[in-house]
Amino acid sequence: MVRHQSALESSFSDAYAAANAASRWKRYLPERIIKVVLFLCAIVSIFTTIGIVSVLIFEAALFFQEVSIFEFLTSTKWTPLFASKHFGILPLLTGTLLTSIGAMFVALPLGLMSAIYLSEYAPETARQIVKPVLEILAGIPTVVYGYFALLFVTPILRAISDDISVFNGLSASIVMGIMILPMVSSLSEDAMRSVPRSLREGAYALGSTKLEVSTRVVIPAALSGIVAAFILATSRAIGETMIVTIAAGQNPNFTFNPFVPIETMTAYIVQVSLGDTPTGTLEFKTIFAVGLSLFVITLAMNLLSQFIVRRFREVYE
Amino acid sequence: MAEIVRGQFDRQMRRRRLHGQIFHILCLVSILIGLGMLAALLINIFIDGWQRVNWSFLTSFPSRHPEGAGIKAALFGSIYVVALAGALAFSFGVAAAIYLEEYAPRNWFARIIQINIANLAGVPSIVYGILGLEIFVRFLDLGKSVLAGSFTLALLVLPIVIIAAEEAIRAVPPSIREGGFALGATRWQTIWRLVLPQAFPGILTGVILAVSRAVGETAPLIVMGALTFVPFTPDGPLSRFTVLPIQIFNWVSRPQEGFHEAAAAGIIILLVVLLSMNALAVLLRNRFQRRLEG
Repeated sequence: MVRHQSALESSFSDAYAAANAASRWKRYLPERIIKVVLFLCAIVSIFTTIGIVSVLIFEAALFFQEVSIFEFLTSTKWTPLFASKHFGILPLLTGTLLTSIGAMFVALPLGLMSAIYLSEYAPETARQIVKPVLEILAGIPTVVYGYFALLFVTPILRAISDDISVFNGLSASIVMGIMILPMVSSLSEDAMRSVPRSLREGAYALGSTKLEVSTRVVIPAALSGIVAAFILATSRAIGETMIVTIAAGQNPNFTFNPFVPIETMTAYIVQVSLGDTPTGTLEFKTIFAVGLSLFVITLAMNLLSQFIVRRFREVYE
Repeated sequence: MAEIVRGQFDRQMRRRRLHGQIFHILCLVSILIGLGMLAALLINIFIDGWQRVNWSFLTSFPSRHPEGAGIKAALFGSIYVVALAGALAFSFGVAAAIYLEEYAPRNWFARIIQINIANLAGVPSIVYGILGLEIFVRFLDLGKSVLAGSFTLALLVLPIVIIAAEEAIRAVPPSIREGGFALGATRWQTIWRLVLPQAFPGILTGVILAVSRAVGETAPLIVMGALTFVPFTPDGPLSRFTVLPIQIFNWVSRPQEGFHEAAAAGIIILLVVLLSMNALAVLLRNRFQRRLEG
């Protein structure tokens, strides 16, 4: 567009241009300034990333000067706030894995089936009502889900089985699964709806039932989008904080037992932030090492999801 | 022979249809479970908290006694922090979107900015809390203040605003811009007088959604160092503060039943605010769509 304008302008006579030089300068100087200001706003996001990465790496490096990376990655005890200190992230990692995998066990089947229903079965009016209502689920703050997990789901679970503690991974998983369900269903539905109609019609013409069309034509064709949605949702579950802080407990147990109190990486960061650990101590620096691990894991999953969409998407005309 | 084949086919067809029907019902049940959970959550919280929602709940400070506890400090804290964060995210986000859509050459640098924004949107919110603590609270020495809290939240929701604003600006047809240029308007005049007014409803929808996300955020502000027990309203940008979700979290974590009721009442207030903001966003989007079609 700029080139067009300047071509046009250069076709005016030189005399005219000279006479207007002063006024043009006055007119275009603000334009330049505005462009620079807008550019500076656009690179705020780059500085945010640089800020996150450098803060985490710098502070975690200070932590790893005192604690060996080997102990951090292999020890099965996490007791930085106790007298006898151990710095093994594995208990926090299993806590995080337990709750996120548990959440996916809820969100994966329910989300996928909801997406199939919305995309293949639901009449248009039902779809237009149900979709926004499901999106409400995605807009509810996580602290509200925490309340729901601790004071509604956990009592029900404890009424079913006596083995379940007040704080447990199971309740947090179930509620977290409900929280990410809209994300799974709406992203999967988008993927399914972008499968062209002609593929479905071809399968129907061969005598397939709706189930066969959905599971053997639509899902395989939309698979990259569905897998990407699952990975994105898992990454969201790993970074989720308030539900697990409120409902899963603050006991870094090295276990995959969903009935006992555990602690996730995010819950640990909250625990230290709420406590009276002075900043600058080794105990406090643990949150940067844990934060860095969390950042690396979620970033890797987000990149993987983007890669899958780019690499494996079936493109139809 | 034909009879046998036909019989077999009919039997198989019946089975396939039956499977189809079972599957249909299962899909319907899945979606009903999701909706049922939403209903259970809302009803449960309403039953727990509605008798605590009254004027004195809104105008009292937190207290050691659950019956007298209120959300005044949290409400004011939330309003100050979120208003400031929203204003910051709006101005920086829209400016960034204008640059990326209208000015940026389509080169590797613009691509990096785009990829970076997409990835920032996926960073767990608690990590932004760590960033806020290190950069705003400690490095810039703002303390655990309203200002530091709103900067943290502004960075957190910035990607949402940028992505929404970019989409809204992209939806403005190029002919509008060409019309402006043809009349001799400069680039900025075209953007300011022609593009932005057209894109504004879309931008506003994105900003409302971003603000409603900021209203509900708990973890980053806890990590940044917001207080959990605040018997005062913020008196300036450097004042310490709490916000509604942190107050709710604090009440949920206590063992007494009375505080759980207070938490439920706080949640009712929070949800009413959020749902009306979402409704406003949907309303704007629908009006906007109609205008584009008309």
